[in-house]
Amino acid sequence: MELDLKKLELRNVNEKLQNLDRKTNERDFTITNPEGNHAICAGLDKEMNITIKGHVGYYCAGMNKKANITIEGNVGTGVAENMMSGKVHVKGNASQSAGATAHGGLLIIDGDASSRCGISMKGVDIIVKGSVGHMSGFMSQSGNLIVCGDAGEALGDSLYETNIYIKGNVKSLGADCVEKKMDKKHINKLKKFLKNAEIKNHKAEDFKRYGSARQLYNFKIDNNY
Amino acid sequence: MCGIVGIYLKNEKLKDSLGSLLSKMLINMGSRGPDSAGFAIYKKEEKEKFKYSICINKLSFKDFEERINKHLDAELIKNSDHVILKTSVKPEPMLTILKNHFQDVALVGYGKSIEIFKQVGDPSEVVKKFKLDDYSGSHAIGHTRMATESAITTDGSHPYSTGEDECLVHNGSLSNHNNLRRKLKKDGVNFDSENDTEVAAGYISNNLSNKKNLKETLKDSLKDLDGFYTFITGTKDGFAVLRDEIACKPAVIAETDDYVAIASEFQAMAHLPKVNNAKIFEPEPGVVYSWGN
Repeated sequence: MELDLKKLELRNVNEKLQNLDRKTNERDFTITNPEGNHAICAGLDKEMNITIKGHVGYYCAGMNKKANITIEGNVGTGVAENMMSGKVHVKGNASQSAGATAHGGLLIIDGDASSRCGISMKGVDIIVKGSVGHMSGFMSQSGNLIVCGDAGEALGDSLYETNIYIKGNVKSLGADCVEKKMDKKHINKLKKFLKNAEIKNHKAEDFKRYGSARQLYNFKIDNNY
Repeated sequence: MCGIVGIYLKNEKLKDSLGSLLSKMLINMGSRGPDSAGFAIYKKEEKEKFKYSICINKLSFKDFEERINKHLDAELIKNSDHVILKTSVKPEPMLTILKNHFQDVALVGYGKSIEIFKQVGDPSEVVKKFKLDDYSGSHAIGHTRMATESAITTDGSHPYSTGEDECLVHNGSLSNHNNLRRKLKKDGVNFDSENDTEVAAGYISNNLSNKKNLKETLKDSLKDLDGFYTFITGTKDGFAVLRDEIACKPAVIAETDDYVAIASEFQAMAHLPKVNNAKIFEPEPGVVYSWGN
């Protein structure tokens, strides 16, 4: 079913998707003319397939649960923020704070993501085929952040846990983020992610792994900075 | 919050629609700034003529016309509560005349090609009032304001003039503006409001008058201005964009063969011709981008 945002109110479209009509069993939707509107497909909680044709604004697919959402364009701030499950696939670039605080699900970004990608992520898996901006993985707590390109300044600053895999250059590491050894089990895990995201031009063995040095977990009386 | 927008035409054929393109951008950004709006539009310069954009909201046009005729020979073009004064009188003597005899009006911009209009009110009302849709030109920048650092007034509205044919719009807030204002006052820079952006404008114009170029000045502002900002600075030939290094304040650029546009949010550009095929990117933090300069 096509939902044209030039003809329909955004609020009505979101309401329709949040309250699926069970009698019709319609689960495939295409949203046209998004024109940079905010909060498109926010708060969906049923299994369904949605394709958004064009660029969207802030918080697209926010709080997503179970839905499979593809955006054929760029996304604004906070795509898939606080996602619980399901899949969000951005075919273009993403603005800052992509996948912020997300608990679960899979976020794939074909282009680049700007600053603070995966900020405070709590279990989501994020795969960026391009590069990420500064302070990505800031205060991240759980999940996997996989970047096929480069990472900006202060990667993984103040992170609790989270596995970060970067193939390209890292401009600098944030506080308490360190490079860790890539064991066989990590390579195997990464291989699965790459296969799942249909990434064929990058080898899991070429990635470096980063994570928490766990030095900020407890207050240290001797710290004098 | 605030919204900032700008458009620079590469294709001259679009010049008659510059005003209407910018107008829709400003109306859309009303959601980020409902308190006041303003825009600077750049037109072809006329030989030996200077244009002074003056807000006369405390006077009637007739009063102003009578008084100005006593001091100089000028052509006055009225647009709502603003007047574009065209004259051969150069900025230095003109600024002295205005300072000594016209303290009840506000000079909002001057130069050979720039015209600035700004006023309090919802952006959709402001663009209607100044008939922005009818304007043509080569490039333009604009601002919609959500007041945070100072009151909702005309002199708290953007764009701010930073010198001949130069102006600034700002999304963000500066935290060291009081210190900086004090320093700049010592260097002889005048301020009309308590607004933080006016300090940034004063800083830029002061550096430019000290023979620094615009790119150097913007680079220097990264170390001298403390706060969050995305700036667009307009000049006679184009505009430049700078985001602070933390880059909390948004900006997105769309470039095609016909134009370069910038806005706080993509939705402000969704109406631009062939924007879906444009090269769309976010300006990187701490990097000066410029077009036409």
